[in-house]
Amino acid sequence: MATTTTTVPSAGPVAGSRSFLSRLRQGDEIAHIITFLFAVSVVLVTLLLVFDLWQGSALPRHKFGFNFFRTSVWDPIFDHFGALPFIYGTLVTAAVSLVIAVPLGIGAAIFLAELAPARVSDTLEFFIDLLAAVPSVIYGLLGVFIVVPLMRQYIQPALKHSLGFLPLFQGPAYGVGFLTAGIVLAIMVIPYIISVSREVLLSVPRDQREAALSLGATRWESTWKVVVPFARGGILGSIFLALARALGETMAVTMVIGNTPAISASLFSSGYSIAAVIANELTEATSNLHYQSLIELGLVLFLLTFVLNGLARLLIVATSQRGAGMGNA
Amino acid sequence: MKRFAGLLVVVLAAAGVLWADSALSINGAGATFPYPMYSKWFDEYHKKNANLQINYQSIGSGGGIKQVTEGTVDFGATDGPMNDEQLKAYQDKHGSGILHFPTVLGAVVPTYNIPGVTAELNFTPDALAGIFLGKITKWNDPAIADANKGVKLPADDIVVVHRAEGSGTTYCWTDYLSKVSDEWKTKVGKGGSVNWPVGLGGKGNEGVTGTIKNTPDSIGYVELIYAESNKIPYGNVKNASGVFVKASLAAVSAAAAGAAKEMPDDFRVSITNAPGKTAYPISTFTWLLIPEKFSDAAKRDAIKGFVKWMLADGQNYAEALSYAKLPKEVVAKETKAIDKIQ
Repeated sequence: MATTTTTVPSAGPVAGSRSFLSRLRQGDEIAHIITFLFAVSVVLVTLLLVFDLWQGSALPRHKFGFNFFRTSVWDPIFDHFGALPFIYGTLVTAAVSLVIAVPLGIGAAIFLAELAPARVSDTLEFFIDLLAAVPSVIYGLLGVFIVVPLMRQYIQPALKHSLGFLPLFQGPAYGVGFLTAGIVLAIMVIPYIISVSREVLLSVPRDQREAALSLGATRWESTWKVVVPFARGGILGSIFLALARALGETMAVTMVIGNTPAISASLFSSGYSIAAVIANELTEATSNLHYQSLIELGLVLFLLTFVLNGLARLLIVATSQRGAGMGNA
Repeated sequence: MKRFAGLLVVVLAAAGVLWADSALSINGAGATFPYPMYSKWFDEYHKKNANLQINYQSIGSGGGIKQVTEGTVDFGATDGPMNDEQLKAYQDKHGSGILHFPTVLGAVVPTYNIPGVTAELNFTPDALAGIFLGKITKWNDPAIADANKGVKLPADDIVVVHRAEGSGTTYCWTDYLSKVSDEWKTKVGKGGSVNWPVGLGGKGNEGVTGTIKNTPDSIGYVELIYAESNKIPYGNVKNASGVFVKASLAAVSAAAAGAAKEMPDDFRVSITNAPGKTAYPISTFTWLLIPEKFSDAAKRDAIKGFVKWMLADGQNYAEALSYAKLPKEVVAKETKAIDKIQ
């Protein structure tokens, strides 16, 4: 408290405790304390979550140790639990979704922010926000009734025919699987990328564009070489928001991924994700080891998100410094 | 607007009176399979006993066993009986036991989608076990074809579909396969969720049916109730007496009657592959889990009253909802067991 009293000039030369009281009456200190508590509660909840997941997964941690991450058998009857297929499925579906969603999302955002007339942009933005608010189970239904039959009848045979020499597109195709889950996830996360990226692009200062144009750049050159690099940090942020959503998505994924705990190079084969298996098996997990293994999967998902978010943060810091440098130049 | 406000006040007041009147509320949780039956029962019973409200949450059998063991609900419900380890855990925690009360019966049926085949298929136990083990991979395999003379089965690969989430349906299905196939018993076993040797997982009965409809040459399993109410075609299964039986409420009750003679005192019995010529082999009881000792006498008497009613009048509601009634012998035995609740 002593340090804060010196920073406020209006406190005057009175004793520290009295100035504290007077500021308390004016409300500054109260607001400070209350908002501080709110901020701290976020950290507390996070720690509590980790602690609870750690405590709740004691049995499998002791029994399997590091093997939990290395083995791929998931057998609730004979008590073997390995998380590898679920980690694999989570990462692969998230990666597929980003490969599809990032170019589409950023492209759409550039159009909306830079090229489209303001009325078109605002109208479309309304629909994009609407899409972002649709509950995931609806996307799951879209997946089951539209994407899966389309995949089985047209897209997968076409991919097999054209790119079948790649291991990614081999094997029997039932419509469900990694690729379908990735596509449904992509549809879900594109609105996030568009919406956030568009805002970031719109907030790029006008003089940046004008400077580029006055130097003889075309509209596209100013967009691609000046505006997009300037907004790079925010665009990356939108991608990682999308990644976080894709990693944790449960309902839509379980409806189209096939729910088979298996690792396969082919994107056609069915798999499983961490969030999906927790949702599917927790209520009927009768043995303690099974139950706690599912909790440990929750811990794994948390750590996965944590690590990826950390990397994202580093990437944003690194690139935004470069972006700012260009902005100052 | 004013009239509406007045009406609202009256309604609220009436609700308040009703609320104050329902002095006793009992909470239960567990199996999802009998949920439509239970909610009908609790509703009807509430109409007869306005001051007793029984609340039931269908959170799954595993959750039901867990919650009743932890004492967070007054009773549980399950589609597969508690095993010895779980009974011991309950005994250790509460110092007294827990009782199983069968309530109704259900069945699980094989359903399939083979383009060009409209006939009802017959399945032998070996064929079903072989298909789900991944050993029988073509529809024209002799194990299937021999039981279906006259049906032209394609030489296509079989796509197996199973339930993705833990469920009583899967428990019944795998319990049956464990009984008819030693290989299934040692390799896969029985449970609400198992390590499937082959196949795609669909979420819920609707997920399994949806996947089967979308996938040519597929086979899966769903609850009889679900197949009936959604007009899904399903196959016949060869029972322990060697007869191919189509699932029906009568065939399920016949399976229960076959097993009733050897009903153990704790009612923890599996009736899959039951004896009897007309018995459908993939049938199961579903159970209420009721503690032996209640600290609250009012709750104890209320639950005893409900079980007594459920075994008598309650059974008459079962068939309208496509559940099979308990056989008379089981009802008599259970009525005696009510006295064990103290």
